[in-house]
Amino acid sequence: MTMFRHIMKIAPGILLLLYLANDSIAAGRMPEVVQFNRHIRPILTDKCLHCHGPDEKTREADLRLDDGQELILDRGGYHVVVAGKPQKSELFLRLTTDDADEQMPPVESEKQLTADEIKLIRLWIAQGAKFQKHWAFIPPRRPAIPEAKQSNWGQNEIDAFILARLEAEGLSPSPQASRETLIRRVSLDLTGLPPTLAELDAFLADDSPNAYEKVVDRLLDSERYGEHLARYWLDAARYADTNGFFVDSERSMWRWRNWVIEAFNNNMPFDQFTIEQLAGDLLPNATEEQLIATGFNRNHMTTRESGVIDEEYRVEYVVDRVKTTSTVWLGMSMGCARCHDHKYDPISQEEFYQLFAFFNSIKETGLKRTYGNSPPLLKILSPEYSARLNKTRIEVEKAKSKFSQLRPELEAAQAKWEKTVLEHLPEIPCNGMIEHFNMEKSPQAGKPELRKGLLGKAAQFDGDAAIEVESEIDFERTDSFSYGAWMKLTSGSPACLISKNDDVNSLRGFDVMIRKGKAVVHLIHKWNSDAIQVMTKSSITTGRWQHVMVTYDGSGKASGIHIYLDGKPQPLEVRHDTLRGSIKTIQPLRIGRRSSSAAFTGMIDEVRIYDRELTAKEVFQLASSQLLSAIVSIPEKRRSAKQKEILHKFFITEQASAKFKMAFSKLNNLREQLRNLESNIPTAMVMQELSKPRETFFLVRGQYNEQGRKVSVDVPASMSPMPENAPKNRLGLSKWLVHRSHPLTARVIVNRYWQHCFGTGIVKTVEDLGTQGEWPSHPDLLDWLAVEFMESGWDIKHIHRLIVTSATYRQTAKLRQTGKPDSRTSDPGNRLLARGPRFRMDAEVVRDNALAISGLLINQAGAASVKPYQPEGIWEAVSYDGNLTYEQDQGDSLYRRSLYTYWKRQSPPPGMLAFDAPTRETCTVRRPRTNTPLQALTLLNDTTYIEAARVLAQRMMTEPKLTTPNAQIHHAFRLAMARPPEPDEVNILLELYQKQLKEYQHNKQAAARLIAVGDSKPDQTLDVIKLAAWTTIASVILSMDETVTK
Amino acid sequence: MNHISYNNNITDLARRQFFGQAAGGIGTVALATLFNPQVARADKTKGTPGILEKTHFPQRAKRVISLFMHGGPSQVELFDYKPLLKELRGTELPPSVRGTQRLTGMTSKQKSLPISAPGQFTFKQYGQSGSWISDLMPNLAKVADDICFIKSLNTEAINHDPAVTLFQTGHQQPGRPSIGAWASYGIGSENADLPAFTVLISQGSAARPADPLYTRLWGTGFLPSNYQGVNFRSSGDPVLYLSNPPGIDSSTRRRMLDGLSQLNQKGYESFGDPEIKTRIAQFEMAYRMQSSVPELTDLSGETDQTFKMYGEESRKPGTFAANCLLARRLAERGTRFIQLYHRGWDQHYNLPSDIRLQAQDVDRACAGLISDLKQRGLLDETLIVWGGEFGRTVYSQGKLTATDYGRDHHGRCFTMWLAGGGIKPGISYGVTDDFSYNVAEKPVHVHDLNATILRCLGIEHKRLTFKFQGREFRLTDVHGVVVKEILS
Repeated sequence: MTMFRHIMKIAPGILLLLYLANDSIAAGRMPEVVQFNRHIRPILTDKCLHCHGPDEKTREADLRLDDGQELILDRGGYHVVVAGKPQKSELFLRLTTDDADEQMPPVESEKQLTADEIKLIRLWIAQGAKFQKHWAFIPPRRPAIPEAKQSNWGQNEIDAFILARLEAEGLSPSPQASRETLIRRVSLDLTGLPPTLAELDAFLADDSPNAYEKVVDRLLDSERYGEHLARYWLDAARYADTNGFFVDSERSMWRWRNWVIEAFNNNMPFDQFTIEQLAGDLLPNATEEQLIATGFNRNHMTTRESGVIDEEYRVEYVVDRVKTTSTVWLGMSMGCARCHDHKYDPISQEEFYQLFAFFNSIKETGLKRTYGNSPPLLKILSPEYSARLNKTRIEVEKAKSKFSQLRPELEAAQAKWEKTVLEHLPEIPCNGMIEHFNMEKSPQAGKPELRKGLLGKAAQFDGDAAIEVESEIDFERTDSFSYGAWMKLTSGSPACLISKNDDVNSLRGFDVMIRKGKAVVHLIHKWNSDAIQVMTKSSITTGRWQHVMVTYDGSGKASGIHIYLDGKPQPLEVRHDTLRGSIKTIQPLRIGRRSSSAAFTGMIDEVRIYDRELTAKEVFQLASSQLLSAIVSIPEKRRSAKQKEILHKFFITEQASAKFKMAFSKLNNLREQLRNLESNIPTAMVMQELSKPRETFFLVRGQYNEQGRKVSVDVPASMSPMPENAPKNRLGLSKWLVHRSHPLTARVIVNRYWQHCFGTGIVKTVEDLGTQGEWPSHPDLLDWLAVEFMESGWDIKHIHRLIVTSATYRQTAKLRQTGKPDSRTSDPGNRLLARGPRFRMDAEVVRDNALAISGLLINQAGAASVKPYQPEGIWEAVSYDGNLTYEQDQGDSLYRRSLYTYWKRQSPPPGMLAFDAPTRETCTVRRPRTNTPLQALTLLNDTTYIEAARVLAQRMMTEPKLTTPNAQIHHAFRLAMARPPEPDEVNILLELYQKQLKEYQHNKQAAARLIAVGDSKPDQTLDVIKLAAWTTIASVILSMDETVTK
Repeated sequence: MNHISYNNNITDLARRQFFGQAAGGIGTVALATLFNPQVARADKTKGTPGILEKTHFPQRAKRVISLFMHGGPSQVELFDYKPLLKELRGTELPPSVRGTQRLTGMTSKQKSLPISAPGQFTFKQYGQSGSWISDLMPNLAKVADDICFIKSLNTEAINHDPAVTLFQTGHQQPGRPSIGAWASYGIGSENADLPAFTVLISQGSAARPADPLYTRLWGTGFLPSNYQGVNFRSSGDPVLYLSNPPGIDSSTRRRMLDGLSQLNQKGYESFGDPEIKTRIAQFEMAYRMQSSVPELTDLSGETDQTFKMYGEESRKPGTFAANCLLARRLAERGTRFIQLYHRGWDQHYNLPSDIRLQAQDVDRACAGLISDLKQRGLLDETLIVWGGEFGRTVYSQGKLTATDYGRDHHGRCFTMWLAGGGIKPGISYGVTDDFSYNVAEKPVHVHDLNATILRCLGIEHKRLTFKFQGREFRLTDVHGVVVKEILS
């Protein structure tokens, strides 16, 4: 047992299994037959293989203990192992010598073997030192069905294996669970939802011998089955709605999710399911669906962080595909072999890059260049979308021709207008203008260069120098004022147009600048706790003249600021609105920079400052008047195309008669619609090979930029070889994975289905069936199921049916009342299955269960993700600039199943995280199952559960035929736990109900507040006080251990 | 909750199973609980045990307060004084200094890499120790003798996401547990009524938008999720779902929990499943948190003198200063790992004005935290760590002007400081070259720092491991050497 104590120190979670798996060698007790795989390999792996294992680089004395041939080699007069003769076997001698120089493992390694371990090795050698390849690399064969003593127990082959082991341990199976428990258990396992009362009653009333099997068939045929199975697959496929790295922007991969749900519902054979997801694009005449399926290996995280080195991240994506694909199908990560030969498993670094090569030829970049989905993409044109596109295209053509018919008339009108427009220019406001720099000469001697601008000359700024003006201007927060100019921004931001501020004094002052393409205005006393910041929602245009004007009413509020672009008021976003202090500063007025930062690159012209708030009309007059005089004064022939367009547009929108305006705006709107439709064609990220394959190199220490020799695609030698006719690409790889001779895939998958139903896999470490993984609790059963899976045609529903119809699965999880020893004592983890499975539901099921019990659940399948309740402020705390807000959905979307909940990897739904959902950043095939106060708080206080409690209370008050308190509690219990309550359970809740009734009678307002929680409206016909009291009862029922436990 | 009579026979049996035969292991019950294994270890300790029976070394620090400056503060302006830069301002960074190391995609194509001196800021030596500190940190300068500066921190990551992920999890790519999770996994907490690992986030004052954070930075990777950091929020519930819903006051809540407890107890009697016992205890723990957390976050009992120490901003929830004050309160209550993030240090442009704002956010509060812990006798047993995911380039990113410049990310050398439990005060460790571009002496890698932090907590970083997918993982991956010279 010391060996186990050693492991215990580091990983107690796995301890129990090791104990059970090796129960036959409890301290001092030796197994009759020592098996290499079961007894010896774990010792070697733990204590010896680091220096004498598969990794050449750390191998000492050229000795490899995980290789049967090497063990018996003549090593110049001695042998590591001589079968039958421990005293002639160097392995045993080195373990037992007193000579410190000879002793193994070396004293300093702190990896000494225990007496029992040494005894085991001696016994193994004495018994013939039979070597075995690691069990999981030997293809499974169908084992004989064991004969049990108790012949009257069992439904199918599974039970024979379970019973044989139980009998060997002196245990016996538990009786069958009650019908209520059975239907609830199997409904939750196959659909992730509890039975409805109708389903429950039908089952209880059905006395046919196959009543249970009928329920199983119904559940397997339910659409909810595919959804539930898909949910596990989403974890494995690291599916999410965002890209994951850095700014974590949105992507759209729900069509892949739909594909998965449908595949499970159609019971697509698992081999096909595998091939289409890994290599659907390489199938002949691949369908759209088969291409969508390949999204599996595009679900990994991607980055848009601007400084990243492209190749570094591209390599990471390929590595992720290798790790994920191998974890999901091979039950091992391969990740260790990225940087060096695997220490324990026979996977060399070379082999890692051979696998890597399969996924390395995708037409992709490491740095994502676009928002949303990144190429390679499949455009998905639904018939409806195509029709809309075509219709809009035709409408645009119609509007175009209609408009061009008007053109001669329009042009004549414009020509006429142009002749007189300069004489009737809108008036430029002069009242209150206290500064005006027309840039015909520089306001500051020697600075900066003046060039031809919009109106005469303009000041040219180079991203450094600014114009500083000694000005009378000394605005305070309480003054109203306006300021603005014409600008032509060349590049770069932040770029300040006009400022009077002090960078050294917490940015005090006022300014207008361009930041991230938006016009931004600041009034600051102390940034950012005492300041206003507003920004335009639309972007400015670089490279052309644009008029920017700011007006402010002296209110000290963000709402008192308006920003105008080209004379038009802009919708603004308020980022800060906390100004209280003074904005005065002794700094000069500056054009083209803040006091030290945000220098402008480009041209600025016609700066005007007013000591009053200009009206919208005045700003429009100012902008349009200057624009017109600037353009119209140029002879028509010398106007640039851009200028012509500006003038033409101005004429149509501002001056032309209604019929022109309408025709023009209709055309514009349609064009805009068409542009939107064309650029928003739904897409899915898919796999697509480069036409010329990318070469793959061995990467030294796993570094993207340290290429070694060239490698080509292949599969690890320790597993089965690739089928002969399989192409050397992903298609061949996928066919290899599901080939009948493959040792791992079928075992890995049935092991996970076992975990799904029993909480723990036959091999507990479902993510690692390698030599470091844990010994199977029922090795023969695992192999039997794996072979059955393959020979059934990879029929997933068949395996699920086998498991849930077994007598093993149908056992009760209750304590034995009499006599026999209860397995809780000897087998607390229930690995031997002397009782039925019982464990807390997964996060999604906890929520879906509450929604279903209350009746709130909306069973609508597929489509894009939804945003149910989430406390405010969670995204803001972590998102870029704190500017991303979770916008909760309304109506039905609040009550969809949790697999449709929007998954942001940087900030996953908190109610899911609390119950151990992963972040979906990396492949997960086993979730932890913790029990924490945060879970308690979620059940007690999250709006989701409070609303569900109130709606459940409404059912309690309206559905039972006799609405006595007893019947009401009875009803709720059956909805939540499928069983009726015990009398003392009723009493506990009745007492609470009476107290709450009294409480809310004294405080009706509290009652009203409680039942108002959630977006759905409380039933107005019900008594507020009673409803509130029942809501507290329902909340208790929804929080019960039994309710959240399968 | 004593009015319920527990049937303890079965629990005891289960407990013997978990704590007897499974010697030292804490079994699924306690493994499954973050805060309250009192049900399992009621008699042993008030806190939450970790996986280690006892620490590998005597514990020099009982807890860590990590003041993480997210975005990468510039060592050139703050702590790494290089007089030569003044002369060389505007000249190209010599190729011999620059070497062949990679630059980020943001400056790798920049034609000129002009040296930018921190000319607007003045460096002086402070205290007995004579540590160089710029005038951006006037208050911190006053406690220079309590601080150990490491000038030679380095990382191979050059962008935020991988760099900060490396810092917090020991690996640039996601999937590993964070340092706080490792600490609480290893040695648990001293207070069963509060999370072992808390996270406090503040937004910086810099004008440039702050870079994003990620839940993984305080996540658990492959460790059980009960070790994850709990984010104490500055608005709304400090801990998610902490408050009772409208219409449920604390007496109603108490009554509901009493009923729930009785019902769950009946379930326990029927199933004998120790998870039910744990769940009963977790609901009680949740109830206690409903008072212990508000008590913790309520600053109304703090004196004016204290607020003055941390700066007036500390009165405003959510500021870095307020979070520092909260950190002290958490430290007093025995929280194991207190992780602050102050955002906004990514000065690619407008560095002089933005670094001023960021420094103002933290200077007084950091000094206040050190002094306050010291006067309460807690500094000796609390390790404070200050710094960001990397430093900044000595050359200007973008145009170098008379008043303005930016700096790109720089992982080859940067400065961090430590103070308190287990650390030699008033020293400076490691030296960079004249350009603050390369480490000249005594490099300290991120893994070395993390190994040293664990060492202060009494943990040998190589021996706190978790087996996942066939491999024993640890915070420092396969690296890390404890920097013994800075240990007191």
